[in-house]
Amino acid sequence: MAYLSMIISRVSIILLLLAGSATLPAAAQEEESEFVFAYVTREADPFYQKQRAYTGLKLREAKPLKDAALLALGESRILGRLARVKFKLVEMMLKKSDNISTALLKLHRESNASVYLLDIPLNDLISAGRALAGEQELLLFNIRHGEDSLRGENCSPVIFHTYPSNAMLMDSIAQYLVKKKWSRILALRGSMKEDKRLTETFVRSVKKFGLNIVGIKEFTLSNDPRLRDRTNISLLTGSTSYDIIFLADTQGDFGRYIPYSAYYPRPVVGSEGLKASAWHWTWERHGAPQLNQRFDRRTKRRMNGRDWASWMAVRSVTEAIVRIKSSDVQEISSYLVSESATFDGYKGVPVNFRRWNNQLRQPILLHVHNAVIARAPIDGFLHRSNTLDTLGLDHPESSCNFQGN
Amino acid sequence: MCPTSFLIDYSYIKQLRLRWVIIFLVILFICSFKSFSSNARGSGRTIISNEKGNTLTILDSSDKIIQTIDTCTRPRGMHFSENRKRFFVGCGDDSLIAIYDLATLELVGRITNVAQPETFDLHPNGKHLYVSNEEDATVTLFDVTTGEQLAEFETGEEPEGVQTTSDGKFVFVASEAANLVHVIDVDKNIVVKDILVDTRPRRFALTPDEQELWVSAELAGVVNIIDIKSLKLIDDIAFLPTGFRKEQVTPVDVLITKDGVRAYVALGRANHVAVVDVKSREVIKYILVGKRAWGLALTHDEKKLYVANGLSDDITIIDTDNLRAMKSIPVGLVPYGILIDDH
Repeated sequence: MAYLSMIISRVSIILLLLAGSATLPAAAQEEESEFVFAYVTREADPFYQKQRAYTGLKLREAKPLKDAALLALGESRILGRLARVKFKLVEMMLKKSDNISTALLKLHRESNASVYLLDIPLNDLISAGRALAGEQELLLFNIRHGEDSLRGENCSPVIFHTYPSNAMLMDSIAQYLVKKKWSRILALRGSMKEDKRLTETFVRSVKKFGLNIVGIKEFTLSNDPRLRDRTNISLLTGSTSYDIIFLADTQGDFGRYIPYSAYYPRPVVGSEGLKASAWHWTWERHGAPQLNQRFDRRTKRRMNGRDWASWMAVRSVTEAIVRIKSSDVQEISSYLVSESATFDGYKGVPVNFRRWNNQLRQPILLHVHNAVIARAPIDGFLHRSNTLDTLGLDHPESSCNFQGN
Repeated sequence: MCPTSFLIDYSYIKQLRLRWVIIFLVILFICSFKSFSSNARGSGRTIISNEKGNTLTILDSSDKIIQTIDTCTRPRGMHFSENRKRFFVGCGDDSLIAIYDLATLELVGRITNVAQPETFDLHPNGKHLYVSNEEDATVTLFDVTTGEQLAEFETGEEPEGVQTTSDGKFVFVASEAANLVHVIDVDKNIVVKDILVDTRPRRFALTPDEQELWVSAELAGVVNIIDIKSLKLIDDIAFLPTGFRKEQVTPVDVLITKDGVRAYVALGRANHVAVVDVKSREVIKYILVGKRAWGLALTHDEKKLYVANGLSDDITIIDTDNLRAMKSIPVGLVPYGILIDDH
């Protein structure tokens, strides 16, 4: 009960401090404190713009990650009953002109939100991490970006990542290829910056696990006969022998034609064919059907990797509050990276955050469009402390330095 | 039992030759003892629910498959009725509980509108069934004679194991996703306590003296022990069969023998059953079984332990005297629960 009185006293102090504000909700019940999450988006975020392909096809459609956060809050209701904490979510959409860190601090003053689920563009995330690096009262969650520099040179002690890094995703594909002995790889990539970066990450994984890249080719979405060595799939895939095609196509408009069109009968991994994700709606082990059905019932859609990351952020914080019997942001933050934290991500093994870069270590699902084919780490890939750390940059390789920020 | 039999049969003695009387009495004498050590009671049948196959596999007393019957979708938890003439099957994807006649294996009733039932326990009054509704974060109370829903209790997400005490005063419910054990006070008809336990609590076993409640924590790889008087966690038992990593050990079903000496714990992904000395809380042995062992059942004489292996679609039968697996029998897709009719 000691923690209870601690929470109560903290809340009453906050209430006193904010006594002037008329926007305060009715004072929390005598024994119940309030813990506020904030879901933050950016106006006109390109990620959420409708991206219609030719003939009006929707090749990919982004859905708000708020749904999953609300689901997790609902699930935490009974945990709140035990800890006598009421969990709440507020929402904010940044205007085009808003500075991210100023806006977050303002929201913190007004709503008393402690944990921020950031569904915002990469640049915003990096600048928030820099500007708020010394903040003691905020905890930010990256629930959407796999960008490796966020866990490396651009890491921030206030940002936690529930979404897996691209390095983790690519490592899981590489592990699977090792297991299948499909070791000669032809890499095809688009001309976008993201495609190049993803290919670089994959090449790093290939080296890490001793596979072999037989060629890297860039494709172009065009009908121009002068460019046929970059537009014709047979020409792109027929000049050398290989076991498997790795495809990096973050746009998806070209890559979707590659399976079944390659010169040789070889499978495709990466952006098409076998993909690596944090979550998949057909995952049927470790309690996943229950989570998928809950999500589906609530949102009338299928849960994806980013939804899972949003859900996981809320679940890990609420679980931490109940376990440590405190709502103190610093205490939560140090619990998240502690060895004793064992969060249930519905992927079969307990997950917690890497101390060196605040990345959630987690299994990765390798799936096709309607089935999960394997779960990485693949059996047999071992690590001196935790097999989950065979995925992504391990501590000695990490360029993240929290003190440096 | 023997003196009673003697008295009943005394009237026949005059009509029978002495020789036959003696033989008869000797047989009676043997049978009355023998019945404690064989599983000849009941029909001797074993019923297995196959979660993904939507079937029930029926074994006879010699563990041969005699029948496979189509049942509802996602059959999981099962329980005998009080008089053991019927049994209940929780049909997860049909949101109902099917009631079967044990002798004929015919469907004789349904309790409907039970949101995704997973497991349940029958209150000692024989009438009240406490059902965990996995998707609804509730436990519902049904009258099995009328099918009427009598009460609903809010729990954490994914309630699973349900355990009533023999005095009928308390019902314990494990909430998998909230890491809580809820305590329902039957008289007050409310949840009186939420106990925080380790990650992903699944199933229960009470020690015969009902002083300790054992709870398997699947993702933590341990069994938590709750003291019934204080309703507090007092100890854990960790499991680690040779050659396995901690995260592969995912205990689910727990059974404690009637004499309270031994416990059996199905270790899920570690493909073993742990045998525990209840008093010292130490693991005596790990027995290799099939893949993802979850469901457990003991014969009435506790000589045989049945283990449902969800990912190898078979059951393993263990001889509890020498603690060895005797044989495994292929059943349906993803076997989940086991009932043995040998009382």
